[in-house]
Amino acid sequence: MNDEVDHSRRRLLTAATVGTGAIGVAFAAVPFLASWQPSARAKALGAPVEVDASKLEAGQMLKVVWRGQPVFVVRRVKDILGHLGDHDAMLADPNSDDSIQPDYIKASGPARARNPEYWVGLAVCTHLGCSPLGAFEANNSFQVAGTDLGANWPGGFYCPCHGSKYDISGRVFKSMPAPKNLTVPPYAFADAARLVIGVDDAPKTV
Amino acid sequence: MAAAPESAESSKGGGFIGWIDQRFPLTKLWKEQVAEYYAPKNFNFWYYFGSLAMLILVNQLVTGIFLTMHYKPSSAEAFSSVEYIMRDVDWGWLIRYLHSTGASAFFIVVYLHMFRSLLYGSHRKPRELLWIFGCLIFVLLMAEAFMGYVLPWGNMSYWGAQVIVSLFGSVPYIGGALVDWIRGDYYIADATLNRFFALHVAALPLALIFLVIAHLMALHEVGSNNPDGIEIKKYKDAQGHPLDGIPFHPYYTVKDLFGVAGFLLLFCGVVFFAPTFGGLFLEAPNFEPANPLQTPPHIAPVWYFTPYYAMLRAVPSFAGTQVWGVMVMGAAIVVLFFMPWLDRSPVRSIRYRGPLYKIMLAIFVLSFISLGICGLKPPAGIYPTLAKVCTILYFAFFLLMPWYTKFDSVKPVPERVTGHA
Repeated sequence: MNDEVDHSRRRLLTAATVGTGAIGVAFAAVPFLASWQPSARAKALGAPVEVDASKLEAGQMLKVVWRGQPVFVVRRVKDILGHLGDHDAMLADPNSDDSIQPDYIKASGPARARNPEYWVGLAVCTHLGCSPLGAFEANNSFQVAGTDLGANWPGGFYCPCHGSKYDISGRVFKSMPAPKNLTVPPYAFADAARLVIGVDDAPKTV
Repeated sequence: MAAAPESAESSKGGGFIGWIDQRFPLTKLWKEQVAEYYAPKNFNFWYYFGSLAMLILVNQLVTGIFLTMHYKPSSAEAFSSVEYIMRDVDWGWLIRYLHSTGASAFFIVVYLHMFRSLLYGSHRKPRELLWIFGCLIFVLLMAEAFMGYVLPWGNMSYWGAQVIVSLFGSVPYIGGALVDWIRGDYYIADATLNRFFALHVAALPLALIFLVIAHLMALHEVGSNNPDGIEIKKYKDAQGHPLDGIPFHPYYTVKDLFGVAGFLLLFCGVVFFAPTFGGLFLEAPNFEPANPLQTPPHIAPVWYFTPYYAMLRAVPSFAGTQVWGVMVMGAAIVVLFFMPWLDRSPVRSIRYRGPLYKIMLAIFVLSFISLGICGLKPPAGIYPTLAKVCTILYFAFFLLMPWYTKFDSVKPVPERVTGHA
C-alpha cells in the first residue's frame, strides 16, 4: 500500500463530491421555492371568469369579480360608437400610453375594446381605488349632488370619492385626480357575447 | 493537549464553575469577551447605541414571542386578533406597544449607531467586515420591520405591502411572475400574510441573531474603535493590556446600564403616553381593517423607510418602466457596504479631519432628514423637487467621497487617546 497521498486525485474527488452535493441541494431547494407559487386553490379562485353578456341591454353594465377585484362589463349604446374619439383632445392619456391595458386594447383605438360594443375594465379608480359610477347614454347625468359634470360631458365613469371623470372607454379626462385610464384586464370573446376575463386568447370551446 | 484529565482539571479550578469549565469554556468566554475585553477608555455618548440596539433586540424577541401566542396569521382573523390583544388580553396592550414602539426605537438607535461610524471612522480598516455585518443587519432589519408592519392587516399594512411588493414587478421580464411568487396569489392575500408571518417570527429573527453574533465576534477580534480613531494596541502595560483600554466589565457594563436607564425613561414615556407618536410610529389608516378595494388617502411608509421611499418617488419613470427608482433606492443601501473603500482619508475620526468632510457630512445628514420628510408628505408642491435634490446630495456624499476625503486637510493625530472622557 502506498502511504503517499495523491493530492490531485483527492482534489478531483472532493470537487466531484461538492459538485454532486451542490446539484442535490439545488434540486432539494425546488420544492421549497415552488411552495411559494400561488397554490392550486389560489389558482382556482384566480381562474378566468366567464361572463355571459348576451342578456345585457344596451346602456347597462355588469359587475363581476375577478381575482378579488370588481370588473365592469359595459354594453354601449350603438349610436355613440361613432363618437368615441370625438373628445380625444380633452383626455390625459388618449392612447393609454401610461395606462395598464393589454396591447390589443391599446391598439383598438378610442373604443378600447375587442368588440366596440362591449367595454371591459377594472372598477377601480386609478387615483385611490374607489369604485367609479357609470352612465352610458349620451348626455346622461349622474345626478350626484354638488358635482358639476358639465352639460356637454358625453358620459362615462365618475368617481364619487374625488371627482375623477373618465370617458365611456375608461379614459381619464385632463386635470383629474386620477393619473391613468381605468385598467383593462386581459379578456377575450369565446363567442359573440360570451367573454372570458383573465385570458388573452379564449379557447374555442369552453 | 494529550495531557491526563487530572492536569486539565487542576488548571481549571474546582467547584461547580470548575466542573463546567472542564466541559464548556464558560470562564474562558467570560474573560475573553467581557471581563478582560479591553475597550478604549474614551468612549462617549455615541457608544451607547450598540448596547441599546441589543437591548431592543431582546425586547422585540420577548414581546414578539408573547404576541404570537395571541395573534392569528390569517387575513380573516389577523386584524381582530390584534384588537383582541389590545382589549381583551391582560396587559396585551403593553406587550404590543412595547413591540411597536420597539420597532421605531430600533431604527432610531441603529441610525445613530451608524452615524457614529461616520463620525469616528469605525468602518475603516481593519473593521470593514464588522461594518459589512452591520449593513447586513440593517438590511434584514428593514425586511423584518416591513413584514412586521403587514401583520396587523390594517389598511396601511395592506397597501404598504401592495406598493412594496409591486416594486418587484418592475424587474424586467420576470417581474410579473416574481410578484405572483412573492404574494402566493394574484393579489396581496391570505397566503402573503401567512408567509410574511413565518418570515417575521422565525426566519429573519434567526438570521438577525446569527448576524449580531458575527458582528460582535468581528468587533472583539479587531477591537473597538474610539472617538480619536486611533488604535490602542500600540502602548501596552506590563501585563500586555492596552494603556488606553479598560475592561469592558465592570467599566462599560456600568456605563451602558446608565445608557439603558436613560433610554428606558424615554422609551417608556412613548409606550405609555404616545404609542402612536402622532401617527409616526402607528399610522392612523392602520386602525381600519385591510380593504383591497379602498386605498388610504395617502400611502406613506412608517417614518424609518421614508428617506428611501422619497428616493423611489423622486426618480421619474423612463423608457416605459419605473425600475430606475427601484434601482436608485436599492443603490442607496448597497452604497453603504462600500464605505470602507470609498473613504480615502488618512485619518479616521472627524476630530482630525478637515472642513470638506465636515461640510459633506452635514449636507448628508440634512439631505437624509429632508428625504425622510419628503417621504412622509404627498408628492406635491416643493417636495418632489426637494426629494430630487436631496437624492443627488445623498449619493454625492458617497460617490464623491474618494476625492473629498483624499484632498481634505487633516490635523495631526495623537499617539494616545485624548481627554478624560
